[in-house]
Amino acid sequence: MTDSSDHPTSAQSAGLGRRRFLLGGAAVGGGVLLAGCTSNAAEPAAAATSAPAAGASSAAAPAAGTPVTIGFSAPAADHGWVAAISKNAADQAAKYPDVTLNAVEATNDLNQQIASVETLINQKVDAIVMLPGEGKALTEVGRKAITAGIPVVNLDRIFDTPLAYRTYIGGDNYGLGVAAGDFIGARLKAAGVSNPVIGEIAGIDALPLTQQRSQGFKDALARYGFKVTARQAAQFTVESGQAVMANMLQAQSKLDAVWNHDDDQGIGVLAAIEQANRDEFFMVGGAGSANAMRDIKADNGVLKATVTYSPTMASSAISLARLLAQGRGMGDLAELEVPASLTLASATVTKDNVDRYLPLGFES
Amino acid sequence: MTERTPAGSSAVVAVAPPPADEQDRVERQAAEAAAHAQARRPAWQRAGEIRNLGLFLVLAVLFVVGLLTKGHTFVDSANLLTILRSASVIGVVTVGMTFVIIGGGIDLSVGALVALASVWATTVATQSYGTAGVIFTALGVGAVAGLVNGLLIAYGRLVPFIATLAMLASARGLAERISNKRTQIVRDEGIRAIANTDPLGIPLLVIILLVVAALAWFVLNRTTFGRRTFAIGGNAEAARLAGIDVRRHIALLYVVSGLCCGIAAIMIASRTTTGSSTHGNLYELDAIAAVIIGGTLLAGGRGTLIGSLLGVLIFTTITNLFVLNNLQTEVQNIAKGVIIVAAVLLQRRAREAGT
Repeated sequence: MTDSSDHPTSAQSAGLGRRRFLLGGAAVGGGVLLAGCTSNAAEPAAAATSAPAAGASSAAAPAAGTPVTIGFSAPAADHGWVAAISKNAADQAAKYPDVTLNAVEATNDLNQQIASVETLINQKVDAIVMLPGEGKALTEVGRKAITAGIPVVNLDRIFDTPLAYRTYIGGDNYGLGVAAGDFIGARLKAAGVSNPVIGEIAGIDALPLTQQRSQGFKDALARYGFKVTARQAAQFTVESGQAVMANMLQAQSKLDAVWNHDDDQGIGVLAAIEQANRDEFFMVGGAGSANAMRDIKADNGVLKATVTYSPTMASSAISLARLLAQGRGMGDLAELEVPASLTLASATVTKDNVDRYLPLGFES
Repeated sequence: MTERTPAGSSAVVAVAPPPADEQDRVERQAAEAAAHAQARRPAWQRAGEIRNLGLFLVLAVLFVVGLLTKGHTFVDSANLLTILRSASVIGVVTVGMTFVIIGGGIDLSVGALVALASVWATTVATQSYGTAGVIFTALGVGAVAGLVNGLLIAYGRLVPFIATLAMLASARGLAERISNKRTQIVRDEGIRAIANTDPLGIPLLVIILLVVAALAWFVLNRTTFGRRTFAIGGNAEAARLAGIDVRRHIALLYVVSGLCCGIAAIMIASRTTTGSSTHGNLYELDAIAAVIIGGTLLAGGRGTLIGSLLGVLIFTTITNLFVLNNLQTEVQNIAKGVIIVAAVLLQRRAREAGT
């Protein structure tokens, strides 16, 4: 699950870890400075020499591009999914010899994220990939980048206006709910259950994405003539998932199916189910963590499926930013330009196809 | 005139370093003097019992609401145990918080300490030492972090609000650092069993809370340590003049709170089968709210442990009622606020009626 080498167990090794952290921070800081210097100096020359060649073939092999610097900004990871976003972006950038990734420090402070994106604009990076802490709050700085001539790839949390991004790529929250609803509806229909008791454990209720997911779930179930019996919101944390599910299990003496929006909080939901000794229903997860997929593969509990909201979108966002910076289109499409918007499809991962999806699952 | 003389003379006695055998008597006087300074008249303990009457009333109303809306499902023993089980973790944290607040302080770092202790105790390396290793680490991390709080406040002269706010930030940061911001799964069977064991039909988690609460009640109400806590919270200067080592005592109060967070961390690790830097989110607010609803003075010097625990029970019963009735999140939030205000008003009315 988690590698032991990263976990200090005594005060002493914690001290060492912190020192290493500080050194690492200095190194990253230095790297950013260096990248800034080199890209400023080298960029015009490189662009002048290889720009025509890159523009000519849109389906070229990964290696054959103009060297570009891509700026990256995301919130600080307080959740497995967000952590996977930053990691995937870095991994994808490392695959391209012609890409230098300039990742600014992750932060949950919107003000600070705006400031760090402004730094990227000042450094004149070739493209910016941004997962905003909050879409609306970072729209202005996205516009600023576009005005400065830097293509912006808006990742997942969408800006207020298309004027603030060149390309949007994100997940489909409504579709996520639909996929979960379809799986549950079809399975209950096949089992011949009439008037099923269906529970829903949502994420943070104030977020628009939670509302969209619930709407999709409700609409999909309606196609089967089913309704959500009990819906309660948790906080995307393990602890809140456990607390809410423990109470819901008391409220419903018999359940037929449960959809839990998020696999991280799902660990707590599953703990509550195990502690209550309940197994008369099946459960569907959300987001697609590696943990959930391993449970589905083992098939020894109530968790039978999860619907993906894959952080691989960060890998794709880096690829898109590279194509944009190099002025190329997408290989298999007829257009010469990268499309303005891409929405990922939500896949349903079950025991039958889990092996294909497991490598894409993120660690909680 | 004659009444002023004994008070004056005892103050004179207190300024001079008291003889060792007189220490206890002087402390007793100081504690009473502090209580007198805050309370209207003697017997704050009895006043506390009357205050708790208001809380029992609120709980009774909640139970009636539960009965009317959900009947058997609500009074079902499994459901009542579920309420107690969810009260257990925050209950233990609230016990520690009660000590700190009665002693005139505040501890904003409890939630972060629960997170830090849960993470440190569930690393792969810690878990390799078995159940005892996990428990020892959680308790140790909690106690040491509490000691740091206490030293900063008592000897570093930092305001408790600031010192524990700083601890809140760094403890959660350290928890994220250690866990690499990931959720750590508890593999140790001994720890997992804590949440699944029900000796004599009572969940072990609830028994842990009862034992912690009983110990704490005894210490607070029947020992010198408890008397000193009330004395220092009521008037630290008077307590110091009475010869109490105020700074050492204040430092110990935060160790008690930290230790409670360590215990809570073990419980939450078992309950969720994980250690995570997101555990204990906003526990500081829940614990402080429960202590205040329970009738403890935020300024210190007065308060009851039973009141705090009733405050916790009120909160967890409300949450349970909400989920049983499948209320929407926003309705829950509005209702929670209204019930908190109603509880405080009712409790004050009951107290005024008592005096």
